[in-house]
Amino acid sequence: MRHLETLPPWAAILIAVFVMIGATMTLLGGLGIVRLKGYYQRLHAPTLGYSGGTGLIILASMLMFSLLEGRWIVHELMIGTFIMITSPITLLMLGRAALRRDRDAKLGHDEIVPPMLRAPVMPQPDEASATAPAPAAAPPDRPHR
Amino acid sequence: MSADILRFALAYAQIALILALALACWRMLRGPRAQDRVLGLDTMYINAMLLFLVIGMGNGNVFFFEGALVIAVLGFVTTVSAAKFLMRGEVIE
Repeated sequence: MRHLETLPPWAAILIAVFVMIGATMTLLGGLGIVRLKGYYQRLHAPTLGYSGGTGLIILASMLMFSLLEGRWIVHELMIGTFIMITSPITLLMLGRAALRRDRDAKLGHDEIVPPMLRAPVMPQPDEASATAPAPAAAPPDRPHR
Repeated sequence: MSADILRFALAYAQIALILALALACWRMLRGPRAQDRVLGLDTMYINAMLLFLVIGMGNGNVFFFEGALVIAVLGFVTTVSAAKFLMRGEVIE
């Protein structure tokens, strides 16, 4: 921790504020992921940590190492750009997967049941056989997890 | 003086990030359905990456940055393949 003494006070206060706000936003995202009720509400909570937490902590890290080394150190921008690009993709794919699973659960053909476990085949709507790779009928009261 | 401010801020940030990690882990273990677990796992990856960055700032060590980068890349690949598995039932078709 010897390197911390060499920073000027304004930089220390700025870095401390950035780090604390970023960590608090990430903690709020964690609280949201526990407290919110529905899955589609919960999908919005961790984006606080993805955008705000990552941006502020990366900004603080860049500022600190640039002042310590006396030159510009911007390779934390790589992480920032990567997170900014990939987090919409991951959350979009998760949301679409959840939408599809919800629709399949509503139609009653959510899982591919092995043939020996298969319940007697129920009449299926046409859309079901078009979307499912192997239309297998699960009993409607089967817990969909 | 500045070292005390920074030490307090980094300790607070580490505690907050570990708490966020624990909450996401609770959602991953407890989640009622599979997509909740995947969401919790993705949040845990991001929180662990931020924790690595904060620990690297506390140590004055640049090498934690590379670990954070690897964690970010692995988190992206894991979540995308898990979401694809949830959607299609297989990863590579």
